[in-house]
Amino acid sequence: MLGFFILLLSCQLLGEVVVIATGLPLPGPVIGMAVLFVGLLVRGGIPAGLDRMADTLLSHLSLLFVPAGVGVMLHAELLGAQLLPIAGSVVLATMLTIVVTAWIMQLLASGRRPR
Amino acid sequence: MNSDLQAIWVYLAASPLLTLTLTLIAYQCGTWLYEKSGKNPLVNPVLIAVLAIVTLLTLTGTDYQTYFGGAQFIHFLLGPATVALAIPLYRQLRRVRESLLAITITVIAGSLTAAASSVAIAWLLGATRQTLLSIAPKSATTPVAMGIAEQLGGLPTLTAVVVILTGITGAMTATGLLRLVRIRDQRATGMAIGIAAHGIGTARAFQISEVAGAFSGLAMGLNALATAILVPLLFRLFG
Repeated sequence: MLGFFILLLSCQLLGEVVVIATGLPLPGPVIGMAVLFVGLLVRGGIPAGLDRMADTLLSHLSLLFVPAGVGVMLHAELLGAQLLPIAGSVVLATMLTIVVTAWIMQLLASGRRPR
Repeated sequence: MNSDLQAIWVYLAASPLLTLTLTLIAYQCGTWLYEKSGKNPLVNPVLIAVLAIVTLLTLTGTDYQTYFGGAQFIHFLLGPATVALAIPLYRQLRRVRESLLAITITVIAGSLTAAASSVAIAWLLGATRQTLLSIAPKSATTPVAMGIAEQLGGLPTLTAVVVILTGITGAMTATGLLRLVRIRDQRATGMAIGIAAHGIGTARAFQISEVAGAFSGLAMGLNALATAILVPLLFRLFG
């Protein structure tokens, strides 16, 4: 188990190094995800322990956003006079994006191979 | 308060254990309410936990730095958890390979829709230019969105607030909306949530299905890249 945790951290570390070295506009962990994905492609399978570790980490993914959430809510007064346009944009644009994106993906993906 | 109690409080308030435990309890309560509600996505555990903690911190006059002293251990796991998204994605390798072109087009179209609609709606409702620059990248994951806002001349702190609110909104509304427009394809569900609502949405997508979660994680990563390229370009063209 420890070995696989080290693997995840090493991928993230590699990702952070790539970001610093290249100035790529992506967070280190996202590059780390790509690195691990390529690693799995090369290996051709997921080791059982890594599989379990991912399930454990990802089953509580929401929890991991709580500290950042608290941090930004303490800044909620920044919304101030712009509350209406920001709230309107957050709610309406997010809902619109979900519908439009899902519709495009369903159209494109199911046109190829009906399910 | 007697002096023994006072001493214990002073000790606990300075110890990371208290705010770490507080965060876990607040989230556990949120999850409990979510389960009690019959897993209604509007009863969002992150939102409940955040509101409960913010209220408590405000009431006790605790600053964020003290809170983060304990909460950082949870926050830290966000990195390795993001890396771990490669694993569900690999499990869906066949589905991803089948729809590579669809994924690419959807990410570009979705990223543009997110940025254009955010800016247009805020502008119609009377947003200042600085607000528009701050909210344009709001569907991308926090560090990327903050970077773009800074580059454009927006207010990165405001962007961080808006990004989190966007993620929570997406997580709360996605299932209802997609049912309304009759989207059943789990790949489409995942792509939509990942593009519109980044990591918080992805956490929600994993509750819907393994396929939706995997596609959401992929969409979040690709959308970060697309937003970083497209949003500054849009402002240069139409600025």
